[in-house]
Amino acid sequence: MRKITYAEAIREALRQEMRRDENIFLIGEDLGIYGGAFGVTRGLINEFGEERVRDTPISELAIVGASLGAAITGMRPVAEIMFMDFITLAMEQIVNQAAKMKYMFGGKAKVPMVIRTPAGSGTGAAAQHSQSLEAWFTHVPGLKVVMPSTPYDAKGLLISSIRDDNPVIFIEHKLLYKTTGEVPEEEYEIPLGVADIKRKGEDLTIIATSIMVQRAISASKELEKEGISVEIVDPRTLKPYDKKTIIESIKRTGKVIIVHEACKTGGFGAEIAAIISESESFDYLDAPIRRLGGLDIPIPYNRNLEKNAVPQIEDIIKAAKELIGK
Amino acid sequence: MELSREKLIDMLGKMYKIRFFEEKVDYLFSLGLVHGTMHLSIGQEAVAVGAVSALKSDDYILSTHRGHGHCIAKGADINLMMAEFLGKETGYCRGRGGSMHIADIKSGNLGATGVVGGGIPISTGVGLSIKMRKTGQVVLCFFGDGAANLGAFHESLNLAAIWKLPVIFLCENNMYGMSMSVKKAVAIKDIAKRADSYGFPGEVVDGNDILAVYEFVLKAVKRARKGEGPSLIECKTYRWKGHSKSDQNLYRSKEEIGSWKKKCPIRRFKEKLISKDILTEEKVKVIEEDAKNIIEKAVDFANNSPEPSVEEIFEGVYS
Ligand SMILES: Cc1ncc(C[n+]2csc(CCOP(=O)(O)OP(=O)(O)O)c2C)c(N)n1
Ligand SMILES: [Mg+2]
Repeated sequence: MRKITYAEAIREALRQEMRRDENIFLIGEDLGIYGGAFGVTRGLINEFGEERVRDTPISELAIVGASLGAAITGMRPVAEIMFMDFITLAMEQIVNQAAKMKYMFGGKAKVPMVIRTPAGSGTGAAAQHSQSLEAWFTHVPGLKVVMPSTPYDAKGLLISSIRDDNPVIFIEHKLLYKTTGEVPEEEYEIPLGVADIKRKGEDLTIIATSIMVQRAISASKELEKEGISVEIVDPRTLKPYDKKTIIESIKRTGKVIIVHEACKTGGFGAEIAAIISESESFDYLDAPIRRLGGLDIPIPYNRNLEKNAVPQIEDIIKAAKELIGK
Repeated sequence: MELSREKLIDMLGKMYKIRFFEEKVDYLFSLGLVHGTMHLSIGQEAVAVGAVSALKSDDYILSTHRGHGHCIAKGADINLMMAEFLGKETGYCRGRGGSMHIADIKSGNLGATGVVGGGIPISTGVGLSIKMRKTGQVVLCFFGDGAANLGAFHESLNLAAIWKLPVIFLCENNMYGMSMSVKKAVAIKDIAKRADSYGFPGEVVDGNDILAVYEFVLKAVKRARKGEGPSLIECKTYRWKGHSKSDQNLYRSKEEIGSWKKKCPIRRFKEKLISKDILTEEKVKVIEEDAKNIIEKAVDFANNSPEPSVEEIFEGVYS
């Protein structure tokens, strides 16, 4: 099958969906001629024009608010917040308004909107351009939270997110944009709330999100050489999440490591650990649940410090060996 | 002109230091020696130096992602700036902040922020503190044209107005917020006009004329020190380089960039000082060479400085 990058997969989903439904439009900073800070929307303005690839001033709160207003009156906006860090400026409209509107109004409002935003460190952009804030949004009923780790998932999940009638926070990763993978040319949906087993294995389950899926895959290749067989589960969507796939995997392997880039304290890994503890899979565990997450520090600028602030392939290998007792 | 000869010469020297510093870090970036990205203010030096020259040394500034000029104008040690760029332990932020986050609390530089408009609300708090502590200082808050469209801008200007805070809001209008032309982002001609709606003066200044910037800021500083409240000053200028390292300059023409290069603020000031017999071409050469040497020494300092240690990675999160 044809291989394209993660950024291209997202662009293709946007393009195909915009062709299918003219109520879909893009709104955000520097999306048009600039093509977005990471080039994801490059070229779309040529096909769809300024009306539907709508550049805004630097006004994050109004970007989300305008999306919300448009969404409840018949449009299907896909907003972009240039860096996840700046979603903080739009929290009021996301958390108090968009998330609550349907329920608060007795189920009558419909809020079909997507907020795309890149998270993550590794680009040397330091504390205010490197955060992974997904856990905050899982804490707010009414929002869906999606975190693709491959080009294939990015396309299918984005199409589903756009077709969903709820506000979706779609979290991309800067370091994944240039990664490549097989992606069908036609449109396809990946349902929100279905995890994917990225690799089958027997000795140990690694539950990883976003870029950590890729690091876990690299780690598992190394571990395989030493006779350790790793199963990798990617929840793909944190809300809704797929309890069943996680639990079934642990029942098979009896050991689990949870890896995410976000700070470990209060990270989504804690939620996954709790889900496991509350489920029947707990009885199958023959070692404590292990969590790997970012250090509880702002992301530092220095290359080496930055690398040490979040889990790397070696950290996953080390944790796996410790858990297996090798 | 109330400026002494020495001060004028110092101002020109600072402009050169900013220009050469940025040319150097741009070059170091091209060699892969600087991590991350950077935002250069080449072409905007008159704003930083003109504005800060109207302050006293114990006054405060707040800076932006495009802040190297602000730092140097406020008297930053170039060695420590360069070390920060190279992520070294000796840098202003121990290698933790980088280009976008240089702060030098000692010189009254309360820091640069990577979040557009992030410094504007902070400046009202600094103004409030000055007022409550009755120190007679002022705070000057730099921000771009793009930042003026955030809620933070409007909330802060109103707050500073009703409490008559000693804040100078200095908008560096370099015509673009990333690729967004100010003509598309703002429906009025001058951002300075927004001051009207909050009830304090707003002025438009030629931001490539360092002495005009100085004069207008000085007026605002005097007003602030007298307890009469804030001012908004909009300096019209232009950024010669791309927004950051990901910019392909597709949203503006070569001709436009070229026409602004002809209005180089440094050349303009230099020629003025020569025509007033304050400097000669030869003396300017010496000033230029001195500035270059300082930058070269800073590169040596940074190269010879140690990396931060991973063992200390948790240091500085809490007091
Ligand atoms: C709140 C926020 N939104 C978006 C960005 C991304 N960004 C960084 S600088 C910039 C343009 C800023 O324009 P302006 O305020 O005019 O300053 P200039 O870069 O022109 O100096 C943008 C959009 C950001 N850093 N912060
Ligand atoms: Mg600007």
